[in-house]
Amino acid sequence: MEPMVSVKNVSMRFNLATEKVDSLKEYLIKFAKGNLKFEEFWALNDVSIDIMPGDVYGLVGLNGSGKSTLLKTIAGVLKPTKGSVTVNGVIAPLIELGAGFDMDLTARENIYLNGAVLGYSKKYMDEHFREIVDFSELHNFLDVPLKNYSSGMVARIAFAIATTTKPDILIADEILSVGDYTFQEKCENRMKELMSDGTTVILVSHSIDQVRRLCNKVTWLEHGNVMMTGATKEVCDAYMSNY
Amino acid sequence: MKSGLQTFWRYRFLLENLIQRDIKVRYRRSKLGILWSVLNPLLMMLVMSAVFSHFFRFDIPNYPVYLLSGQLVFTFFNEGTNSSMGSVLYSSRLIKKVYMPKYIFPLEKSCFAFLNMCFSLIALVMVMVITGAPMHLSVIGVIIPMFFEFVFIVGAGLFLSATAIYFRDIMHFWTIIVTALTYATPIFYPETIWQGTILQYVGKLNPMYWYVTTFRGCIIDGVFPSLKATAICAFFAVIMLAIGAKTFQKLQDNFILYI
Repeated sequence: MEPMVSVKNVSMRFNLATEKVDSLKEYLIKFAKGNLKFEEFWALNDVSIDIMPGDVYGLVGLNGSGKSTLLKTIAGVLKPTKGSVTVNGVIAPLIELGAGFDMDLTARENIYLNGAVLGYSKKYMDEHFREIVDFSELHNFLDVPLKNYSSGMVARIAFAIATTTKPDILIADEILSVGDYTFQEKCENRMKELMSDGTTVILVSHSIDQVRRLCNKVTWLEHGNVMMTGATKEVCDAYMSNY
Repeated sequence: MKSGLQTFWRYRFLLENLIQRDIKVRYRRSKLGILWSVLNPLLMMLVMSAVFSHFFRFDIPNYPVYLLSGQLVFTFFNEGTNSSMGSVLYSSRLIKKVYMPKYIFPLEKSCFAFLNMCFSLIALVMVMVITGAPMHLSVIGVIIPMFFEFVFIVGAGLFLSATAIYFRDIMHFWTIIVTALTYATPIFYPETIWQGTILQYVGKLNPMYWYVTTFRGCIIDGVFPSLKATAICAFFAVIMLAIGAKTFQKLQDNFILYI
């Protein structure tokens, strides 16, 4: 079987400007003097993972271990310095809910805008509109500008859009920690539903319990290096015993 | 190239949605709404023609139409380039999370400015009718300078939005350039006052000169754009687009590290 996402020897380098150069004048002066220095920082080091169709793939690691950078390279937002990422399917990123919203627009308008951001057509969004509204339970607030919404309400819509549109791959970065208890439960059920439908999920969470509950395969990252890849139980046990 | 077109086709709904958003956000909570696109140039023209026909007297027949036509073409440029310039920067929240072709942002701003220009044409027609200006068949010809100006703006927008990410100075710098061009282009004065100044020699190197005069030729003089004028308009447009697209393509992979 062909992997859904194939990450091959990916390394990601960031140039940390030792001094922040933000203006042209500064840049030219520094350039002329020859002291335009950058400090290299490798956020990912030769990372290779294969994610098979239907996998619920967990990424664990401390803050700054490269989880988000890896997700971004998979989402196509970052281009890896070395190596390659191949993705076979439509990705719906759920990284930081509501990134694609405009607070001045109403919920109705935002649903279409966000769908467009994810690359869906108008026809497709028309078909799924009802379902999204039903899931987010915000029927009475559809024509209210989003700036008047609470953050929990915004999160509901974002989650509804990303999961109702049936992506091939769902990237979920710390998303199940929003909303009230009932909504969290609803989200988790929804995720399970998607998983049983064969959607591939990549999950980042600091809640090891959640990872144990949902994932079938886990990679543990530390300082941009893969420490361990394998079945959930083994990796989680090793990860926990390490700290 | 083919996959590039496919990507664009896939994201055309995004382009459409972003334009709609701009229209909605701009006119939300205003009673007259989209009517402002017509009213704004109209009132602006009234103010300016009041100023210029009292303080500076230029020997121009039907000054309101002369002024407004020049102003429309220049406002299109000013608005298009300025809003494109910050477009990628202001969409940083999106770009950091989701993949999408980034050129869609400056392109959208150029389209929005184009749409506004089209609405403003209604104001121009109104002024022409009120002042009794003859309506020539050649007015259809404005589509030629407008199209090439649009391409020019897209190119400039791509260039500005990409470079502004690295050096915010560009944004300040560009304001100065636009101001300089406002005075270097015969918008509110006749070209004849160039006589004896440096503009007599270099004035025609300014692309805006060609877009303004070609546009005006169709409206006022009743002549379709000449082959020469069309070629020059196209020349500037293609060069600017090539520079803009190349610069944008070269820089875009690193945008995310700077926004």
